[in-house]
Amino acid sequence: MANPVSNRSWHGARSTKRLVIAGALLGALVAPLFSAATHSAGAQDEIIVGLITKTESNPFFVKMKEGAQDAADEAGATLLTGSGQFDADNASQVTAIENMVTAGAQGILITPGDTKAIVPAIEAAREAGVLVIALDTPTDPQDATDALFATDNFKAGVLIGQYAKAVQGDTPVQIATIDGSIGVTVSVLRHNGFLAGYGSAEADQATPVAALTQFAEDPRVVCSQDADGDQAKSQTAMENCLQANPEINLVYTINEPAARGVYTALQAIGRENDVMIVSVDGGCTGVEAVKAGEIAATSQQYPLRMAQLGVEAVVNFAETGETVEGYTDTGVTLITDQPQEGVESEDTEFGLANCWG
Amino acid sequence: MWPTSFRRREDAMSSLPKAEEAVSSPLGEPRARFLSTVSWSTVGPLLALLLAGAFFASRTDRFLTGQNLSLVVQQSMVVGVLAIGQTLVILTAGIDLSCGAVMALGGIVMTRQAVVGGVNPIVAIGLGVGVCAAFGALNGALVTRVRLPPFIVTLGTLNIAFAVTQIYSRAQTITNVPDSQTFWGNTFRIEKTAITYGTVLMFALYLLAWFVLRQTASGRHIYAVGNNLEAARLTGINTQALLFLVYTVAGLLYGVAALLSVGRTGVGDPNAGQTDNLASITAVVLGGTSLFGGRGTVLGTLIGVLIVGVFRNGLQLIGVASVYQVLVTGVLVILAVTVDQIARRRQV
Repeated sequence: MANPVSNRSWHGARSTKRLVIAGALLGALVAPLFSAATHSAGAQDEIIVGLITKTESNPFFVKMKEGAQDAADEAGATLLTGSGQFDADNASQVTAIENMVTAGAQGILITPGDTKAIVPAIEAAREAGVLVIALDTPTDPQDATDALFATDNFKAGVLIGQYAKAVQGDTPVQIATIDGSIGVTVSVLRHNGFLAGYGSAEADQATPVAALTQFAEDPRVVCSQDADGDQAKSQTAMENCLQANPEINLVYTINEPAARGVYTALQAIGRENDVMIVSVDGGCTGVEAVKAGEIAATSQQYPLRMAQLGVEAVVNFAETGETVEGYTDTGVTLITDQPQEGVESEDTEFGLANCWG
Repeated sequence: MWPTSFRRREDAMSSLPKAEEAVSSPLGEPRARFLSTVSWSTVGPLLALLLAGAFFASRTDRFLTGQNLSLVVQQSMVVGVLAIGQTLVILTAGIDLSCGAVMALGGIVMTRQAVVGGVNPIVAIGLGVGVCAAFGALNGALVTRVRLPPFIVTLGTLNIAFAVTQIYSRAQTITNVPDSQTFWGNTFRIEKTAITYGTVLMFALYLLAWFVLRQTASGRHIYAVGNNLEAARLTGINTQALLFLVYTVAGLLYGVAALLSVGRTGVGDPNAGQTDNLASITAVVLGGTSLFGGRGTVLGTLIGVLIVGVFRNGLQLIGVASVYQVLVTGVLVILAVTVDQIARRRQV
């Protein structure tokens, strides 16, 4: 049986302690209220630019954010950022658009995670008078946004396709393609661009617009795997491709993490030197891999430039009311240390000077 | 054995009298009981919500407007409805990892049937919600008949539902969804503030769940089962039938969430809800419901959902990068569980 007196004092001590904890928590929560009061956002003449990326974690988007921040600082504008939690996280991007419109953003730059699903939210923002520019990835339909600032992903594919063809000549090839997610336009454009560059009849006939929706077929492609552009998944995919077709001697990868996964798979069976890997992106680690000879060539794209141009366009819109429209190619450059005749390229020194990540 | 692994060991000793208390309490001293349950489990989260609101209101004059608050609720409505189902399951000492994936499947079924299959849109909604309820029933059957732990069962159905969604939709988003399916995303105006119909439905469902949990025998039995399954069974409750019902109703609610999701985004999205299982569990925990079952309120969950929504919206408005929203949510979850543990020790 508990002693009532000691029980009461025990209870009293607990209450005091709890009160102190509660007080401290309350203090910690309320304190910022006062310090923050001096920093009130939302003045009428302020220029606010929103940037919504697919995720927070990809160095491509980190670089994009850096470029946007620099451009915003230079113009004296405020940059709001948002992102999805995974690549095709439409709901989070919709939420970010709504919040930025509420925050008074004059323009929103977005890399859509789901190119179709985001369209109604973008339409609503544009109806509210906000300039919306797609960066890197077009919406579907493309004219759902005011403008598109992006790499020509078909061309990025064509460049590495032409390069591979120049190296291989008329040698018989067995090609593996390690692709991005199904239904993602960038993935399809690069894949078909690569095949068109390599001289595939069907891919060549497919105009970039028709090429948006499905992978072109080519008898030389013996293995096509969807690995989300993820290094580990790409390694597994390549291992499986090699099990089925040990004679593969040319690999197209959607991006450089995928290329690294492929290289690791080839290394494991000692074939890293007689299989050619081509890729797209031009991230710093990717260019290093080109320099080391792991990747033969990569098409470099410029996320920082996309973001800078985007912020400048929004600032200009806020100040003068001038909108932008259509597609602006932010450029793509073939990076390799073994240049081939008839294919324009830059070396890895140039690549490292202009890389991201 | 019922999943003892999800319970704390001390439950074995303390739960019998508590189960009895939970079952019998509405009959005696309802008012005192009401105050005691509301005070500890709901006041803390409510305070956090109000403080967060005050904080953001002080930092930007765009936060405390009817339009923005309506927006916060609208952004919370999908996870809000999922979290009702999640609360019911967690109150029985279970957990449902499949809710977001089941919702995505429901959304794809209703939109694809209507747009591609040519089925009457309203009938298609019924099909989508029905598929969700069927998945809930599958969860319930595996938990009660095969006696597998809810964590494992719903981990399995999470993957099954996700894969079926991708296969059935061919990973394609469904657009041109008929107006009758996006009705809940439409708004009506009170003065200048646009209110989304879906949020009204969400609040109505919370009220209904609150009433059922507090005022009906089945509702009280859910608490009893969560406190101690064996003790509940010995008091004459058909625990297996009750658990099956809880999982099925949860599935039905995920179907409603699917309809709200379609209304909110205007499309059938095969990638919807991928993080909503954890988002709904977060809301339940923030709302003061114990993950060990038997304790918590659905109104607390509503507050938990709104806390996440207010932080997401407020931090965005004042220009804080979205990764900090995730950080804040993590800190709040730890705080909420700490409060739960303190309350628990006090009660025992």
